[in-house]
Amino acid sequence: MNVFQLFGLTAAVLVGLGLYGLIVNPQPLRKVLAFNLTGNGVFLICAVIAHRGAAAGMSGDPVPQALLITAIVVSFAASALAVGLMLRRFEETGTNSLSAGSDAGSGQARANVESR
Amino acid sequence: MTTLPLTGQATPGGLLLVLAVLLPFAGMLAGLALGGRHAQRVSWVTIVCGIGVVLAIAQRLLASGDALRYLLGGWSPPLGVMLRADGLSVCMMVVVAVVVGAVAVYANGVFGTPAGVREARGPLAFWLLLLAVWGALNLVFVSGDIFTLYVALELLTFAGVPLVSLDGRAETLQAALRYLVFALIGSMLYLLGVFLLYGTYGTLDIALLAGRINAQPLVWAAVALMTAGMLAKTALFPLHLWLPPAHAGAPAAASALLSALVVKGSWFLVVRLWFDVFAGVMSVSFAQVLAALGATAIVVGNLAALRQVRLKLLIAYSTVAQIGYLFLMFPLAVQHHSAQAVTGGLLQAISHATAKAAMFLAAGLIYATLGHDRLADLRGAARALPMTVTAFALAGAALIGLPPSGGFLAKWLLMSAALATGQWWWALVMLVGGLLTSIYVFMVVVRAMEPAAPGWSPKRQVPRYQQMAVLGLALCSFLLGVVVLLPVDVAQIGRAAMPATVTGMP
Repeated sequence: MNVFQLFGLTAAVLVGLGLYGLIVNPQPLRKVLAFNLTGNGVFLICAVIAHRGAAAGMSGDPVPQALLITAIVVSFAASALAVGLMLRRFEETGTNSLSAGSDAGSGQARANVESR
Repeated sequence: MTTLPLTGQATPGGLLLVLAVLLPFAGMLAGLALGGRHAQRVSWVTIVCGIGVVLAIAQRLLASGDALRYLLGGWSPPLGVMLRADGLSVCMMVVVAVVVGAVAVYANGVFGTPAGVREARGPLAFWLLLLAVWGALNLVFVSGDIFTLYVALELLTFAGVPLVSLDGRAETLQAALRYLVFALIGSMLYLLGVFLLYGTYGTLDIALLAGRINAQPLVWAAVALMTAGMLAKTALFPLHLWLPPAHAGAPAAASALLSALVVKGSWFLVVRLWFDVFAGVMSVSFAQVLAALGATAIVVGNLAALRQVRLKLLIAYSTVAQIGYLFLMFPLAVQHHSAQAVTGGLLQAISHATAKAAMFLAAGLIYATLGHDRLADLRGAARALPMTVTAFALAGAALIGLPPSGGFLAKWLLMSAALATGQWWWALVMLVGGLLTSIYVFMVVVRAMEPAAPGWSPKRQVPRYQQMAVLGLALCSFLLGVVVLLPVDVAQIGRAAMPATVTGMP
């Protein structure tokens, strides 16, 4: 197994784990972490492509690296926005879950927050 | 097969495309820096200038009969980034400019900060996000490469998500968060597809990719990933769950932007991918899957709309159904590269954008007047707001597809394409959808027409100009059918390979 295959498979595993986490976890914070895991897998694929597609005499193809930096900035901003929304929601309700069952519990949680 | 001319030449007037993108963002930054009450004035200046730029672009397109192109920094693809505006892009840009203008007029009443009123964060955020949505959409429409499209979509998401939670209530925060999660999955899948395509073909430019694309498993993977990602952002069934709470919970002006415009951004991207990037390798069986999802969305969305007890939720579920229509064009257009079906799909998007914006704004006015939007208790609305209820009825007629509305023309084009290609089942779905739509539109209008209870008075008088803005939008949608009279098929300008077999409209 050469290094491209190794990194490619690692990226595939990361994307798979991330998607699984995004779908099954009801906690938004975990969803955001899973999103970042998927993102890292995708970025790793991009890095492999940059390395593999290197023209003669250069250590790497510069275009995917430029894309990679942009994509990392975008996903960082997305995570920040998500965490901001989560914090605000926690202030409002005292709960931090997106599952349907938690809606019934959120009133209880709010009551607890108010009683404190 | 190449659908866009490969010439890497910039055309005169190409700089207008840069302006169309830059102007809203410059306005947004200026508004952010000046803050408070100035943001509204800056927005108005930007909107007026921006509409001028869009009209100039449309005029150039019609005069030259070819797509507008601009090379950023003078670098030509594959290394440089090219902006392109063909007929499809320019049609969408014009519609977006019209809807943004109308929403801004409406928002003057809701998010205005007259002298003597304390400045608040909500109005500031609204005006800035309005400009951000506009700039991001223009970038989606003029992008010439698939990575710029990714950036544009992310900008659109970041502008759309805070619009959902403008009022900061817990439910809207939850709806915004759910929307963001769906959008993030979608953009990651799309990005993975972009990287796979770059790894295979070594270019991101749409025209160059279209020339190099060939049928192989990697391309199928990229098609599947990118399309699935965009479906999550467009809220096509079964990925529509985030849409109703997000669109119904937002303030009416924001709902109008989200429902009319923001979902069209990712839909437009699917159109770009399927008809420009992957046109050479696309097969009908893939397209049938998309249309089947669309057909399910029409039935499920309409049935869900019928069961709602609140007006804004009803309109939001109607959006779920109408998004389904936008995806019926794919098998009809892919099979015979039929320009007729593409034009039909575009008309459907335009008609829905104007009609849905009018409906949400009308719902906002009804809410302001009655103090609630419960469907069971709408009586008196028509007496207090005759213009608004008329606007709602006209917009509803456009959604149902009554002549001479744009919806009628769109459905006519799609249905005749369906019959011409022997896919009568899609025509059947359209008819059933129209029937279900008419039930809930009539339900709302009839209830609003009932006389008010004796002694009832409106909670708040809404200004006349807001009602005029809503009625104007509804009329745009209702009278869109007159584009039949246009001498050329504007949507097909600059789309070389689409055979001009059906330029004459019905």
